[in-house]
Amino acid sequence: MPVSFTVNGQATSLTLDPRVTLLDALREHMALTGSKKGCDHGQCGACTVMVNGQRINSCLTLAVMHEGDEVTTIEGLGSPENLHPMQAAFVKHDGFQCGYCTPGQICSSVAVLKEIEAGIPSHVTADLDQVAFSDAEVRERMSGNICRCAAYPNIVAAIRDVHDHA
Amino acid sequence: MEFTQAAGPNPLDAGRVVTKPIDRIDGPLKVSGRAPYAYEYHQDFPNAAYGFVLGSSVPKGRIASLDTKAAEAMPGVLLVLTHANTPKMSDEGEHNAPQLQGAEIKQYEQAVAFVVAETFEQARAAARAVKVTYTEAKGAYDLAAVQDKGEPVKSAPDSTVGDFDKAFSAAPVTVDVTYTTPDQSHAMMEPHASVAKWDGDKLTVYTANQMIHWAHDGIAGTLGIPKTKVRVQSAYVGGGFGSKLFIYSDPILAAVAAQKLGRPVKVALTRPQIFNHTNHRPATIQRIRLGAGPDGRITAMGHDTVSGNQEGGEVENAADQTKLLYAGENRLIRTRLSELDLPKGGAMRAPGEAVGLLALECAMDELAEKTGVDPVELRIRNDIQYDPEKGPSRSFSSRHLVECLRTGAERFGWSKRAAKPGTVRDGQWLVGMGVASGFRGNLVMPSGARVKLDREGVVTVETQMTDIGTGSYTILGQVAAEMMGLPIEKVRVKLGDSDFPLSSGSGGSWGANSASAGVFAACEALRDAVAQKAGFNTKDVTFADGNVASGGRSRSLAEVAGPDGVTVEAKAEFGDLTKKFAQASFAGHFCEVGVDAHTGEIRVRRMLSVCSAGRIINPKTSRNQCLGGMTMGIGAALMEEQVVDERFGGFINHDLAEYVVPVHADIPDLDVVFLDETDDKSSWIKAKGVGELGICGVGAAVANAVYNATGIRIRDYPLTLDKLLPRLPTA
Amino acid sequence: MRQFTYERASSPAEAAAAVAKAPGAKFIAGGTNLLDLMKLEIERPTHLVDVNRIGGIDAIEATADGGLRIGALVRNTALAADARVRKDYAVLSRALLAGASGQLRNKATTAGNLLQRTRCPYFYDPARPCNKRDPGTGCSAIEGFSRNLAVIGVSDACIATHPSDMAIAMRVLDATVETVSPGGQTRSIPIAEFHRLPGDTPQADTTLKGDELITSVTLPKPLGGRHVYRKVRDRASYAFATVSVAAVIAADGKARFAFGGLAHKPWRVEAAEAEFGRGTDAVAEAALAGAKPTKDNAFKLPLVRRTLAAAVA
Repeated sequence: MPVSFTVNGQATSLTLDPRVTLLDALREHMALTGSKKGCDHGQCGACTVMVNGQRINSCLTLAVMHEGDEVTTIEGLGSPENLHPMQAAFVKHDGFQCGYCTPGQICSSVAVLKEIEAGIPSHVTADLDQVAFSDAEVRERMSGNICRCAAYPNIVAAIRDVHDHA
Repeated sequence: MEFTQAAGPNPLDAGRVVTKPIDRIDGPLKVSGRAPYAYEYHQDFPNAAYGFVLGSSVPKGRIASLDTKAAEAMPGVLLVLTHANTPKMSDEGEHNAPQLQGAEIKQYEQAVAFVVAETFEQARAAARAVKVTYTEAKGAYDLAAVQDKGEPVKSAPDSTVGDFDKAFSAAPVTVDVTYTTPDQSHAMMEPHASVAKWDGDKLTVYTANQMIHWAHDGIAGTLGIPKTKVRVQSAYVGGGFGSKLFIYSDPILAAVAAQKLGRPVKVALTRPQIFNHTNHRPATIQRIRLGAGPDGRITAMGHDTVSGNQEGGEVENAADQTKLLYAGENRLIRTRLSELDLPKGGAMRAPGEAVGLLALECAMDELAEKTGVDPVELRIRNDIQYDPEKGPSRSFSSRHLVECLRTGAERFGWSKRAAKPGTVRDGQWLVGMGVASGFRGNLVMPSGARVKLDREGVVTVETQMTDIGTGSYTILGQVAAEMMGLPIEKVRVKLGDSDFPLSSGSGGSWGANSASAGVFAACEALRDAVAQKAGFNTKDVTFADGNVASGGRSRSLAEVAGPDGVTVEAKAEFGDLTKKFAQASFAGHFCEVGVDAHTGEIRVRRMLSVCSAGRIINPKTSRNQCLGGMTMGIGAALMEEQVVDERFGGFINHDLAEYVVPVHADIPDLDVVFLDETDDKSSWIKAKGVGELGICGVGAAVANAVYNATGIRIRDYPLTLDKLLPRLPTA
Repeated sequence: MRQFTYERASSPAEAAAAVAKAPGAKFIAGGTNLLDLMKLEIERPTHLVDVNRIGGIDAIEATADGGLRIGALVRNTALAADARVRKDYAVLSRALLAGASGQLRNKATTAGNLLQRTRCPYFYDPARPCNKRDPGTGCSAIEGFSRNLAVIGVSDACIATHPSDMAIAMRVLDATVETVSPGGQTRSIPIAEFHRLPGDTPQADTTLKGDELITSVTLPKPLGGRHVYRKVRDRASYAFATVSVAAVIAADGKARFAFGGLAHKPWRVEAAEAEFGRGTDAVAEAALAGAKPTKDNAFKLPLVRRTLAAAVA
């Protein structure tokens, strides 16, 4: 069935089997393979993209459910020649090894800073009305992005760097 | 070029590029999502069809019936492969992986059908429409039940020194404890995936693999075609940890289907399939017996370990480090293998040591307590500078365990540790500190490389070596840059292609040292060739700032290269220095945990690893490797376990929700220190591996910290709260 | 994933009618659990009715009696972050934030969260017998790996647990689930009666009819008191509860407790709450009376006692 949405600022119209997830639409139908399939069941976070500004697991949503939506993937954040500040910080702080979870980590990181700024609390927020950046907040909020290479401390350092220099 | 004697001074000693914390040269591609992994080569494989593997739902027996009619009739289905229509394959090569060769089932989730369709969704749905019935055979799935049937194995001979029994029974202080470690999964983030296409009789396979030449041998061998007709590529690999040392059904079935259909076929294993279809780190049962004097000096060192595997499978060498780590004049170290019908066991990050040290280093903690000797001091007291089995004639190439422990104790604040367990409280948390020694044998492998100098003065390195997150792209670039007197920006590195010279591949922590030695050898040849082409005497040339110079004359590399450039190829090979010298990397791991006084939840609060691993080619990527090992060690200590359901002969928790690995919130800001050293007997690089050292011993440091926090010793990994609760006092 | 047809509904009654019309049809909202299960063919809908575009059920608004009406489509993140929820129903914010991950909470809806299916590993393995997935095939869990499964309210047919954190808080708050049926009839189901015990029909997680659509969840007026949600799990985040306790402790010493990870439904025994004056152990003992744990999960009984003590500490 037909579906139209915007990906990284570009209007896109596709005709898809309704079974196609947003992740597979990006990877297999639009050749945007930056979003990764690590588990296909919402258990790893490698597929994280932003839809209408919010980060979601693109593996657990059908493409046809996104009529009119605005999708931002890792490719939309920056390119090798023109990295997004978060992408550059991941390189500087070595916030990855194999690189497979990395696009999801970076999409999540960008969204996490916005969520903290918007005052959305987390599991480790002591006072639900006092939301502030801290390493502990970042660790909790990034926990939906598994990195088996475990560059975790470097990822936190990269996010902290971007936060401090924003 | 063969490495037969200790390395003398060489151009790497300048440390202009090598030893610098250079950002990964593959970084921009990876962080922007542009680095292509095996499944992602759309442009090279237009019109690829999608394959989906159907696995057996029984672990052992035979296929009784197999009905593919419904699946074949489903929309988009192009082909259903089963043992009825799959060509004969060979199982003769060590790395072969024949698929769909008969009705016999040897493993839960073994491929029984391969469905190919126009789309992924069609293939997945059709695979589930294949109807299979089985005749089950009785199998063995419980290691404890078969531990007494363990047989000796060639790969881990017994070590018998002195009279262990006599010394042990005479020892004033003894520890006799049995530890168990569970089956564990690599759980790398990229699932196993392959894409195959044929051009006439030539096959190209892009696959997620750590060892190009093994995959090359395995694919060509299994399909019975000459290696010259097969090209294997694996430029970016989304983690491996040992799982991708081998090939499974994906490249083989993709290749067969692609040939039958005359179009490319791609396939990725699903996450739930991976846990049973591929391999895993086998469970162990380890008995440690230590006899010591009242001063903690070990007189009797005993380690018996047993693991299971399928017929022909390898043993988990969990006692190997015990042969070399500590002194003790009477020794009895035995490794046994029992037959099990569980999914095949294999190498996972630091096979042997990773689980061996979970037992040995906790037993050492138990000895420390019994003797009243501080755990750091106990390890220092039992340090030995030569192979305790072979004697002083076989010394270590370099061994700085004592320095690791002393440096670590100082930096971590070990002196603040309360010797009496269960006595430190911080709010809801019971707090404890633990230490463990880290040890990983140093392995070397022959490794080749091709280096090209072009008219732009750029050096391109080509080797089959892979980068599975380890930093190979960057460190091989650093070695070439240092050798050729170039900045890193003037070096290109191309990896993971069977058309390139054969390399060590990524496994066993041999990659950085061995593959760098290959690049070193190639650059030595390139230096000679360039010097010769420049008309210089090869004895006294220098390479610096993009120039080659000799006797006051200097020419730019670009100019010397000329329009044709200079290309050379060489291979590093290794003599018997690993036999003459015991070679290993060492670490001192320190951990502080908090145990929730109410619930028994364990959280790591601080951790430090002080590592001694020869020259550190890139401190940034090496540190990251250690962070990864430490985190996987925390996972092994606290949460990771593949649960065997003996009724079904497989692992029942087979996804990332049920097989839990550490997440961000589990990991504090870990501290890593590298001792400043070189090991001139490892290679010209003077480096040793760090990829596995980080995990070796870490879990025991965690477990020892838990004991220090609570006074509760758990000898059955992982240390989940249900095991603590029966003995945890009321908060 | 089986083939299905797809449509978008524009009103609750229209959605319910669409599901009623097509045998095997299901609603889809966040989809985070349904698609997970569809990929394994544990769920096999023939037709999906997408309710995400329905207006009027995506807001949080005050009710006439001082409570809150939470639209079915309110996402978990938005619910946890709502100022009124943070202030007056903190146990709900806390429970939501203890569940899943940031990405999942952005997508998962209030209604969908209540309808999450069990995490029993045998339910998730189509090759294994499971009465919940395939009625009549038997329960693999009772004699199998049951460490994370139910200890109370179990049957010989099923020992699955309900996995939601949010629902535990909803239960302690005495929420009401509002629904609409294909004919437009509405129904209010007290949360205590929404989830069910497995009995002989573990395939049914709730008392909801297949074509009945949740439109909102209402919370009674604020209880005041101290709100706590204490979740115990095998890692620090992004894991289902081993056990959890939702507690609201009033200034007068009265308290309410609901438990997660113990049963096929949020577990609350009102009579046990009267024991609070005698201490948390007495509450735990009364709440767990009749527990029937397996060898693997018997540890949950002392763990609940300890977690309860931690929650009120």
